[in-house]
Amino acid sequence: MEILESGIGELIQPYDMDEFREWNRTQKSRKLIDKRMSEQEAISKFVFDGCYIGTELYGTVRAPMSLAREVIRQNKKDLRVCGQGVLELDLWLAAGLIKKLDITYIGLEVYGIPPSLRRAVESGQVETCVEWSNASITWRMKAAAMGVPFLPARSMLGTDMLKYSAAKVVEDPFTGIKVALLPALILDVAIIHVQRADKYGNCQIEGITGFALEMSRACKRLIISAEKIVPNEEIRKYPDRTVIPYFLVDAVVHAPFGSYPGEMAYMYGRDEAGIKEWVDMSATAEGAKEYLNKYVHSLKDHAAFLDLIGTKRLEQSVENRERRE
Amino acid sequence: MNATTYTKTELMICVASRLFEDGTTCFIGTGIPMLAAMLAVKTTAPNLVPVFEFGGTGAILEELPRAVGEARTFHKGISAAGICDTMETAQRGFIDYGFLGGAQIDPFGNLNSVVIGNHDHPKVRLPGSGGGNDVGSFCWKTIAIMQHDSRRFIDKVDFLTTPGYLTGPGAREVAGLPPGTGPAYVVSTMALMDFDPDSYRMRLKALYPDVTVEDVIANTSFELVMPTNLDAIQAPSTDELRLLREEIDPLKFYI
Repeated sequence: MEILESGIGELIQPYDMDEFREWNRTQKSRKLIDKRMSEQEAISKFVFDGCYIGTELYGTVRAPMSLAREVIRQNKKDLRVCGQGVLELDLWLAAGLIKKLDITYIGLEVYGIPPSLRRAVESGQVETCVEWSNASITWRMKAAAMGVPFLPARSMLGTDMLKYSAAKVVEDPFTGIKVALLPALILDVAIIHVQRADKYGNCQIEGITGFALEMSRACKRLIISAEKIVPNEEIRKYPDRTVIPYFLVDAVVHAPFGSYPGEMAYMYGRDEAGIKEWVDMSATAEGAKEYLNKYVHSLKDHAAFLDLIGTKRLEQSVENRERRE
Repeated sequence: MNATTYTKTELMICVASRLFEDGTTCFIGTGIPMLAAMLAVKTTAPNLVPVFEFGGTGAILEELPRAVGEARTFHKGISAAGICDTMETAQRGFIDYGFLGGAQIDPFGNLNSVVIGNHDHPKVRLPGSGGGNDVGSFCWKTIAIMQHDSRRFIDKVDFLTTPGYLTGPGAREVAGLPPGTGPAYVVSTMALMDFDPDSYRMRLKALYPDVTVEDVIANTSFELVMPTNLDAIQAPSTDELRLLREEIDPLKFYI
């Protein structure tokens, strides 16, 4: 097949589909094992310096913030990261943990361009930014989830996005139209936050599923944090709600208010003041450092974080939740 | 501020909201497009189907979403799925409109939201495409909403993030983008623009109250196509301003 155009971006996570199959055969137990552990244990066990890691959903929505803060606490360095991120990746950038990015969007949404992204990229601290659209990065994970080496798409064509990605353009051998080929993305580690899971790792999500289905099936190690740990019988009562089956999962962390200051559909709403605090403090490198000291380094764990936030604010965010009625 | 005075941003949101067609599907990006969509639903397009990229389709927009994934993007919605569902729906031709923003725009409606300056050593790193490139590639018609000044309306964008008409007639099709798609309007803080059907270059369509053609030319770094007849944009109505200020953005995130 003739390659019509090749992106000059680095394929920062090369893949081998047969090795992935072998990994899934030998490294992922089919047994029902109790996988509950703390944030500290999960991050120290599965996240390593230089690993390729992703988070889901993002920043202010169903984000694994307690795990993201633990990654900073343990100073896991030289991370290669994919995303979309708002708070979580912004914190990692501010902490100087990210070396390479498959970037789609790192922004503060309503609050604009994140100063910590600007500082990290413009200073060269982040060595490489490979560009992808939101659809294309998700389809890359979908390819891995399907067990195929690439997927064709009609995204990024004709633009600098294609040029600065690692995609390739070819003609469809059946109809002749041009398509972008998106290479599969197999992450070393994925961390995903959900409403409920059982101790084995069966997960159920309420509200939008973002790219949880794709990412959970496109990684070698999967750390789940869950607002609630429920009995296996509870999962089996609503099997239609299970979006991540246990055998994909390596660690289950109980993290109530795990997405705070972001939201969790039908459980708690976002704490605008909590989000704004990061927006304001991250305006300068010193402010960002101060924020990290206050909310990460000076605290032992997630329980200490919740103590610092206080019951009043957490109750207020529960009051502000999306309701089904 | 009373009902007879209004800001440029308020007027821009009103102009954008009047472009929504009732009964169509529409991809809504973060920010001003969300306000415009909410205003449209409350005025001229009550049956608009808003689609938010992370999975929310058909939400009842009662409160302003501050994020494209928050629960307000599927509040009383018809579905809360995932990004593959919304993007694949767009890729197979189901999404009529896409509303987008950007830091720079060129005469062919190409948008930049990645970097100012050189990609590898940028002067300013911007957030990135997000779903912007996908929306601009897949939706039948796209509408860009932009601050109007000569640094943003430029002859060549520093980084072509979201495809407009690329280099002109036929270029999208040559690149492999789905035929029949492309930018329809640009809504700025000074004027409404569309695209000349022959050259596919941006064309002035209508001026805002108190804005002259000279003002627009002075704030645009490329040559705009001039229409045979210039339309005039009506100032925001009392009702539009009341909805915007009291119901849509009472906490003043944007206005």
